[in-house]
Amino acid sequence: MTAAPGKSRASERNGGASDASAPPEADQRPSIAARLHRFMRRNPALVGMPALLVLVLAVTILVHPEFGAFDLQSLALGALPLAMAAAAQTVVVLSGGIDLSIGSLMAVSNVLAASTMQHASYQEALLLAVLILIAGAVQGALNGLIVVLSRIPDVVVTLTTGFIWGGVALLILEKPGGGAPEGFLNLATGTLCTDWLCSAWVPNALILLVTSVLLVWLPVRRTRIGLLIYAIGSDRIAAFRSGVNVELTRILAYVFGGLFSAIGGLALTMTTGIGAPLAGTYYTLSGLAAIVIGGVSLTGGRGGMLGPVIAALLLTLIPTDLIYLDIDPNYGQVIQGTLIVLVVMIGGFAAFLQSRK
Amino acid sequence: MSLPAKTGGQRSRFGLGGPGGILPFLRRNTILALILLLIAFVAGIEVARPGTVTPIWISNALLFAAPLGILGAGQTLVMLTGGIDLSVASVATGSAYLLATNASLGSVAAVLIGLGLGLGVGLLNGVGIAVLRVQPLVMTLGTGLMTEGVMVVYSQKMLASEPRVPEFIQALGAGKVLGAVPLDLFLWAPIAIAMIWGLRRTGFGRLTYAVGDNRQACELAGVRVWQVLLVDYVLCGFFAALAGLVLVGSTNAADLSLADVYLLPSVAAVIIGGTSILGGRGGYAGTIIGALILTVLTSLLTLLDAPEPIKQILYGAIILLLAAAYARLTD
Amino acid sequence: MTEASSLLEIRDVGKRFGSVVALRAASLTVRAGEVHALMGANGAGKSTLVKILTGVFAADGGTVSLDGKAKAFRSPAEARRAGIVSVYQDPALVPDLTVAQNLRLARVSLPAVLDHLADLGVGHLDHASFIRDLPYPILRLIDLARALASDPKILVLDEITAALPADLSEKVFRVVHSWRERGRSVIFISHRMAEVSALCDRATVLRDGVTVGVTDPARGSEERIVSLMLGSEVVKASAEAHRAAEPSPRFAGVPALEVRGLRYGHRVNDVSFSIHPGEVLGVAALEGQGQDELFDCIAGVRRAEAGSILADGKPLRLRHPADAIRAGLVLVPANRIQALLPQRSIRENVALPMVRGIGAWGPIAMTAERRRVDEAVQRLRVDTRAESELRRLSGGNQQKVVIARWLASGFQTLLCFDPTRGIDIGTKRQIYALIRDLAAAGSAVLLFTSELPEIPLACDRTIVLFGGRIVAEMPASAADEATLLRAAHGLAARAEALA
Repeated sequence: MTAAPGKSRASERNGGASDASAPPEADQRPSIAARLHRFMRRNPALVGMPALLVLVLAVTILVHPEFGAFDLQSLALGALPLAMAAAAQTVVVLSGGIDLSIGSLMAVSNVLAASTMQHASYQEALLLAVLILIAGAVQGALNGLIVVLSRIPDVVVTLTTGFIWGGVALLILEKPGGGAPEGFLNLATGTLCTDWLCSAWVPNALILLVTSVLLVWLPVRRTRIGLLIYAIGSDRIAAFRSGVNVELTRILAYVFGGLFSAIGGLALTMTTGIGAPLAGTYYTLSGLAAIVIGGVSLTGGRGGMLGPVIAALLLTLIPTDLIYLDIDPNYGQVIQGTLIVLVVMIGGFAAFLQSRK
Repeated sequence: MSLPAKTGGQRSRFGLGGPGGILPFLRRNTILALILLLIAFVAGIEVARPGTVTPIWISNALLFAAPLGILGAGQTLVMLTGGIDLSVASVATGSAYLLATNASLGSVAAVLIGLGLGLGVGLLNGVGIAVLRVQPLVMTLGTGLMTEGVMVVYSQKMLASEPRVPEFIQALGAGKVLGAVPLDLFLWAPIAIAMIWGLRRTGFGRLTYAVGDNRQACELAGVRVWQVLLVDYVLCGFFAALAGLVLVGSTNAADLSLADVYLLPSVAAVIIGGTSILGGRGGYAGTIIGALILTVLTSLLTLLDAPEPIKQILYGAIILLLAAAYARLTD
Repeated sequence: MTEASSLLEIRDVGKRFGSVVALRAASLTVRAGEVHALMGANGAGKSTLVKILTGVFAADGGTVSLDGKAKAFRSPAEARRAGIVSVYQDPALVPDLTVAQNLRLARVSLPAVLDHLADLGVGHLDHASFIRDLPYPILRLIDLARALASDPKILVLDEITAALPADLSEKVFRVVHSWRERGRSVIFISHRMAEVSALCDRATVLRDGVTVGVTDPARGSEERIVSLMLGSEVVKASAEAHRAAEPSPRFAGVPALEVRGLRYGHRVNDVSFSIHPGEVLGVAALEGQGQDELFDCIAGVRRAEAGSILADGKPLRLRHPADAIRAGLVLVPANRIQALLPQRSIRENVALPMVRGIGAWGPIAMTAERRRVDEAVQRLRVDTRAESELRRLSGGNQQKVVIARWLASGFQTLLCFDPTRGIDIGTKRQIYALIRDLAAAGSAVLLFTSELPEIPLACDRTIVLFGGRIVAEMPASAADEATLLRAAHGLAARAEALA
């Protein structure tokens, strides 16, 4: 007897739960064309977001014909921490939670790295980086544990733990400072140069972005863990009755959120060269913006990783375009806000129209 | 049924003791528990620095709590509907900044422009959330970023005119009458009375709770839910703008990060006050106590001379503990 | 059989939620190879007992032993490993995952489930379709097939037939029979006495969280079971008397509600009928024959695509439930959770429509409101012990609150959609008596019920929907179960067409 609740959700992009991972044993599968159509319908973010990126890139090159390797590099550098923040938020939101402490978690890793690596060698820096990643995962686990044990809504818990982690970051490094060895910074700031290939057109930041997402997310997505995360995000009770350990899975999602945040914090260190205890705060809200634009449903269970990462690139590219267009780059934030508002309002409007039909 | 014994047992955990009652009593007593907690914090201050708690100190605490309390009024309304407003800090800042930069047009016009920003952003939030059913968190995040960005751009266009805070706003934000009664109390108290009475005794108040509890049930009962939500978000924007004016009055300096630090506390005050973030339960009386607790807590931490990071960690941890205590008490 | 052969033994299990006691001392013994009914009025604790058995809740006291060994399952997964699987009242399938992914989630093999689904008559199911896109009855069957595929020693079916059309229920019964023949046990929960009589070997009856008896549910034992369920407050059927005493009165004048040529997609096709003041019009239909959409259209929840709806002879434009309510058409929906505010008091729930319009946003006249609310609550005999929060009320009492709401705020035509679904017999009788009272006082009532035998008890006249069309109309006196069932399957219509 409802006004079709499904319709009200029609606005929410759904890039998740792709059938690519469905077992292949069925013999009555629909035709390839039908499957392709269904895939497009189910994963608009998967098709739409790259198209949008190509479009914006084309516009960029149009307004700034001298767009070159260097511009590409600064784009990748600028987008890297944001993309990691978005990735962190994506995992948590897919599981039906939300993490408003991601910026602070990034700040903690950022200052940890900058304060410990300052006089370290390259090798030591790498070892420290691994330790910091572990620390990030542990912080995420703590967030998750508090959420599960206290039974307070995720928003409230992470809002306050964000405050706490922010304090921890200040405790580690009171003022911006510190540093890291050149080789370590080069992991993000350099361009691809190996024995067999050297190209200024392939920024290390982009490689780092792609590999870290692939290395962490793909194994998750393709295994039972991913299934569990999507399941509890979609319907916690049904998942529990299907035998899922909901508490553990929720904590796990926060662990991955912490891990991605730590990568983001390291990326901040690499891209800025220093640690800044307050630099992270910006990324909580921007990361959230990226996942919304990237088509992840804030109610959980629907969405993918590609959309948010591309959205992070877009959110970095658009203010750059404004500079090329000689528009005050301060408009960047206006545009970012307007973009979120427009995306969600258009989605809402579409659903509204559909419900009138 | 052995109902009373059970609830009595739950209450005694919070040190209230006494014979058991039914749930409404427990609810009312959570406010009592909060007041006790507030008194405990005040006592803590007095113990840490004997002689601190004077009428002047209390008056100052109220003075500082008022902007947070007014912000919390709007946040209470939208959180009761199951939403949240992350744009309140930007709106408060923006309204203060608009007031200061338009002071040359006359105080009344400047105030109206400031409040107009609040109503405008509130209306935009309302349209998105109420009519187009956008998630409140996302919508207000977006409008907050937008407002902040617009103010940055605006500040650069307006370099010519020197920001100035009208005198009566300064008086409102920092002044006192009769020696110790803060002037902003004359703004806050009527708001508080209107909020508490309005939520309990008016149709709109009822609907604010009802919409937060079950939107679909409201529709089926003939309530046009979007109207309720729209008005709640517009009111929230209005209160945020008002809080910005009080705030700029107390600092007498309009800058673009004026109210940033109030975003988390505005949500925290509501939560500490016992309003469920999922909607449908709570009230403004709790938020008032919540705002006072947060203000006293800040001054306690300042008094203890703790370094900034430690302060921040303690502040967060205490909010978390209070929220956790609430979750245990009310479920 | 001897006690030694009992497979499952639950002794004196208790459970409370906050201040509400759900179970006091529930006991249940299930033998190997039997279908065991678990019966009880609403709020008697059946579902809670099942959830404790399958590890959803932990018991506060008492023992559960399986094959003579004491057990306390901490999760459904643990219960399943021990051989106890439940199909809950609501589907346990994750909407944003595909069928195949859901099965992987539960670690159940896909081919086995497809086999069982084929047994249940669902041969062609694309396992790559999302759960959220599938119809409700299919989800129930997937739930059942999934439970069967893990090959449980004890299968628990909690109200599985409540949402199933008759033909699918029949298939479920066949599966239950074959399960018993293989020496497995089934715990069967249902409000439908006929199903229990036909299917079950023994029945355990719960009342107020206590096991009050174990009995043979064979045909003819209905009254005994009912009196066990209701305890001392047995209410004799008054509706039966109504049917015998009153011949359908003839109604004339302007109808309270008239529907002409109503259409909604392919679900409602050219439906026309009218109800006069004082009349109760029954709607009989199998699951999904357009009755949901019909009620929604009349109540303003959905917009009809064609046709007109008239109240008191005036055509209406219904864009929102508020429009329907203004015209005196009020809805009691099937799922009472949809209509209620779980965290608010009975009073606020009942008074909700009174403050619905902007005109009522101002101060509330508290005394007048209290008077109207109290009147309605007393008339329906709502149990007000847990007054302050609606979620603490039992299902039957919640349903009464939904009806009380409209009594308090006034209406002309009551649209009752399956008001007794999942409600115990005592409350059921109260609700039917109330519907007759309302009609006697001049209201019109449109009543859909999924339990066909109830139609002649409460209605004056009935229409039968099949495939979105009215295929039959008859006075209640002629509407016995067999006739209705034939019509509801579209049989009568075809016969008429041939003739």
